[in-house]
Amino acid sequence: MENRTLTCISCPLGCDLEAEVVGDTVTVTGNRCDKGVAYAKAEILNPQRVVTSNILVEGGICPLVSVKTSAPIPKGLIGNMIQELKNMKIRAPIRIGQILIRNLLGTGIDVIATREVETCPAGE
Amino acid sequence: MKEMTTDTLVIGGGAAGMAAAVECAERGCRTILVEREEYIGGVLNQCIHNGFGLHVFKEELTGPEYAQLFKSQIRQKGVETRSDLFVVKVDAKRREVVTMGKNGCAIYRPQALIMTTGARERPFNSLRIPGTRPAGIYTAGVAQRFVNLHNRLPGERAFVLGSGDIGLIMARRLTLEGMTVLGVAELMPHPGGLARNISQCLHDFNIPLYLSTSVVEVHGRERLEGITLAKFDPVTLQRLPGTDETIACDTLILSVGLLPQNELIESFVETDPVNRGVKVDSFMRTTHPWVFAAGNNVGVYDLVDFVTLDGKIAGQSAAKMVHDGFLPEKRVPLARTENISTLIPSLCCLEGNPFTIYFRSKKTMKKARISIGPGLFETIRMGIKPSEMVDIPFTVKHMEKLKQLGLSKIEVSLKEVL
Amino acid sequence: MERLLKIAVIGAGVVGSLIARQLTRYRCEIHVFEKEEDVGWGVTKANSAVIHGGYDDLPGTVRARFCAKGNKMYAALSEELGFELNRIGSFVLAQKPEDFSYLETLRKQAIENGLTGCAILPAQKVREMEPYVADSILGGFWCPTAGITEPWMVAIGAVENAVKNGAHLHLSEAVTGFITDEGPRGRRIAAVKTDRSEYPIDIVINASGLYADELSELAGASCPPLHPRKGEYLLLDKFDPPLVRSVLFPIPSAISKGILVLPTVDGGLLLGPTATDLPKGEKQETRTTREGLSETLSSARTLVPTLDPQWTVKSFAGLRPESPQKDFVIGKTEIDGFVQAAAMRSPGLTAAPAVAEHIVEEVLIRECGYAFERNDRFTPVNPPYENVSRLSLTEWEKRIEEDPLYGKMACVCNKVTEGDIRDAVRRGATTVDGVKFRTRASFGRCQGGFCLAKIAEILARESGRSLGEIKMRSGKTEILRGMVRE
Repeated sequence: MENRTLTCISCPLGCDLEAEVVGDTVTVTGNRCDKGVAYAKAEILNPQRVVTSNILVEGGICPLVSVKTSAPIPKGLIGNMIQELKNMKIRAPIRIGQILIRNLLGTGIDVIATREVETCPAGE
Repeated sequence: MKEMTTDTLVIGGGAAGMAAAVECAERGCRTILVEREEYIGGVLNQCIHNGFGLHVFKEELTGPEYAQLFKSQIRQKGVETRSDLFVVKVDAKRREVVTMGKNGCAIYRPQALIMTTGARERPFNSLRIPGTRPAGIYTAGVAQRFVNLHNRLPGERAFVLGSGDIGLIMARRLTLEGMTVLGVAELMPHPGGLARNISQCLHDFNIPLYLSTSVVEVHGRERLEGITLAKFDPVTLQRLPGTDETIACDTLILSVGLLPQNELIESFVETDPVNRGVKVDSFMRTTHPWVFAAGNNVGVYDLVDFVTLDGKIAGQSAAKMVHDGFLPEKRVPLARTENISTLIPSLCCLEGNPFTIYFRSKKTMKKARISIGPGLFETIRMGIKPSEMVDIPFTVKHMEKLKQLGLSKIEVSLKEVL
Repeated sequence: MERLLKIAVIGAGVVGSLIARQLTRYRCEIHVFEKEEDVGWGVTKANSAVIHGGYDDLPGTVRARFCAKGNKMYAALSEELGFELNRIGSFVLAQKPEDFSYLETLRKQAIENGLTGCAILPAQKVREMEPYVADSILGGFWCPTAGITEPWMVAIGAVENAVKNGAHLHLSEAVTGFITDEGPRGRRIAAVKTDRSEYPIDIVINASGLYADELSELAGASCPPLHPRKGEYLLLDKFDPPLVRSVLFPIPSAISKGILVLPTVDGGLLLGPTATDLPKGEKQETRTTREGLSETLSSARTLVPTLDPQWTVKSFAGLRPESPQKDFVIGKTEIDGFVQAAAMRSPGLTAAPAVAEHIVEEVLIRECGYAFERNDRFTPVNPPYENVSRLSLTEWEKRIEEDPLYGKMACVCNKVTEGDIRDAVRRGATTVDGVKFRTRASFGRCQGGFCLAKIAEILARESGRSLGEIKMRSGKTEILRGMVRE
């Protein structure tokens, strides 16, 4: 048996969770909603994060487009994901919600734009 | 020089201003939203991280996505936005707002004015930290802007002073993009930012958090070369001798608080000496009947969702005043007791819609009793932290009871339950 | 072809700049060497910015002679060179009955130094004029002609005017030595060596501030040893109405005028300086200290008790040169052609115009006998740096019609438009500090929180550089160090 204390990151309340781990069974206290239980289980057995970052834009009104993963990805893949983003360029215009990487690193999760980027009239 | 009348004028196109403007327009008011930057959206545009919208949209959004939802509503509802426009003066006597922009000067005469001018970051230079004055010291918001909008990194090795949320977010952001973030120092014995940000921004990346610690000197004549940290007594906040430690870094990021900005109106409205924000009542009306306010210029909120909700109330109230020509005048002041810092609103109206009392605790409490009254109502809350606002709904029933009791002020009290 | 005299002015602070400008009234070849990237970045940029009345310099000293005269010259100078000068007056405040004998001494000295309008005022009158002074104030010596300015703008205005009248400005170029030869009047200056080149030169004016003794030694000219005296300051936020209207001095100590409380021309409040004597070599030791900043605040509070450190906008330190004689070193030396304008301690800023005139008219022309012809094309006027937000709304609108950039606000604290910043860059600002000193953008309460990125972008755009190349000031002060995505 192992006891762990976690801060729930499901929402900004940030509940302090106490988790009792026995094999694959996790018992949670300190949560203010069910999300806390789900979070603690996932965090202990397979920690995942929604990752936000940027991709370089060509011909847009700004140099970068902000992006996020469409769902949480395993924590261990964050570094690989950033590497992937560094090797990319996207041409403006870009629409919010547009899928920029499909099936990121074989996770089945996409990387999507979180803002609009119009084309730059000067074509910079 | 153009002169024009309008029903409502909103100054500041951030979260509060966008919400207020949408509410006004929805209620049939001709609404003009003035923004000094090129685009509306405020700081949301550069907050590319997620965590916004759980209260308002019941889903977790990034800053630009959250802003986009309001930008669309603003278009749909016919709010007239004027960006790149600077407000030169708010004249309360003549009820005029003078603006200047690339098309010249304009004088607006709104029936109701909504101030949503937000906050600014407390700058390094104001902290009186001894040492040199090198390049490489930025507030978290400035660094965030450079990274997320200008595609530039501030340096290679960073230290973060202050554990406010933007500081924590930037610690993660800079780490993700290849900088080394050596740690976060917080003078207080508790973090300034949300617990979830301590967890997902610092713990996830093994960035140490040093509580009761601060920067006591900066080094480097040209670019920053290092900082000296010292420990502070958690109670007296006095520096502890013999605890100095010097760390080599080329970047110092500051997240040491936000200051409400009310320069345009502070000569004719009352401000709260503790919040340093403009005083509002439960209609989000200031002490001047023409002026409403919402957002971080009222008090520094922890969540954009709460800013949006109060912005909506400001918009609804302003629209009501435009239509009815008046708002109920009777109001009772809210008084804070010893454990409370920020408290919004400052006054409670005896009529009108339900609203929310927001406050911040000065202390961490596992369990606390919150009493509103005397004699109005009580509630128990768990896990009170100074970094997180407590939101207490104030219902129409409470208003009725308030009238019955005939209280001359409402005390908001927060006591730890052991 | 006639051969013009070649003159090197070392240092583009207030003193060197004004001398260079004075020289351009004559036909000669002038080279101004400045080791920093911009004008006025040494002693000039971090002092109290006071144009002193000239009552407290002991009659008979060089200081007394030039201070009172310099003060008078500032009126015309500010008109011609386009910098701000506010004659707000000054008080020396008495807190003890015995202080009045000192005030009486000042009153007599004021008369001897040729000042008019000075008076000892009773406590009630002082409080009428300065409502926030301490209850302990018993009275004060009032000097109506004292004023405040922006010292760096004096230097910038003078240099710009000098360049317009034909002087050559060499920025980021440090003088490293001299070549002398044997002339009819003994050893004489033949050339100036810099870290970039070598220039044949007839006359050197040494206005190198903290470095004047080192440069004198390189030339073989005598100069008293100079050491830096550090002054720490606190700049507080603006108040409306202002908390303090004139320059407030305490009764001075043995070594300095004490810690002052005064408004700045843009409406802030300046407290300081401390006076810490540093070893000779520490000419870049501008660190602020805990002790210094707390002394600044506590001393200032003895004059104005309500001052609150919460209102701090900035804390900084400046160095000023001090000699054992506590007096200026001005005039020719044993090296023919090597002329001193050195040890310009307080009131150096005030005295500078008079010193500049003296060096050219008295030292070079009368004493040394150089024959200069008048420069017929000399124009004394330098256009001021404009801030369109200070124009009337109609005037401001006209400027926006000419150029919409005057309608884009960049610095919201001090109301500086992108147009004003662009103009400053076109006139010579190459760095963020260069823009700040010329336009006051980022000088206000947010200290660049909202405008740093905008200033950097305008600098980059105007100079064809990338954002990554933009610097705060001289040296390796790039504000950014890499790309997020390339």
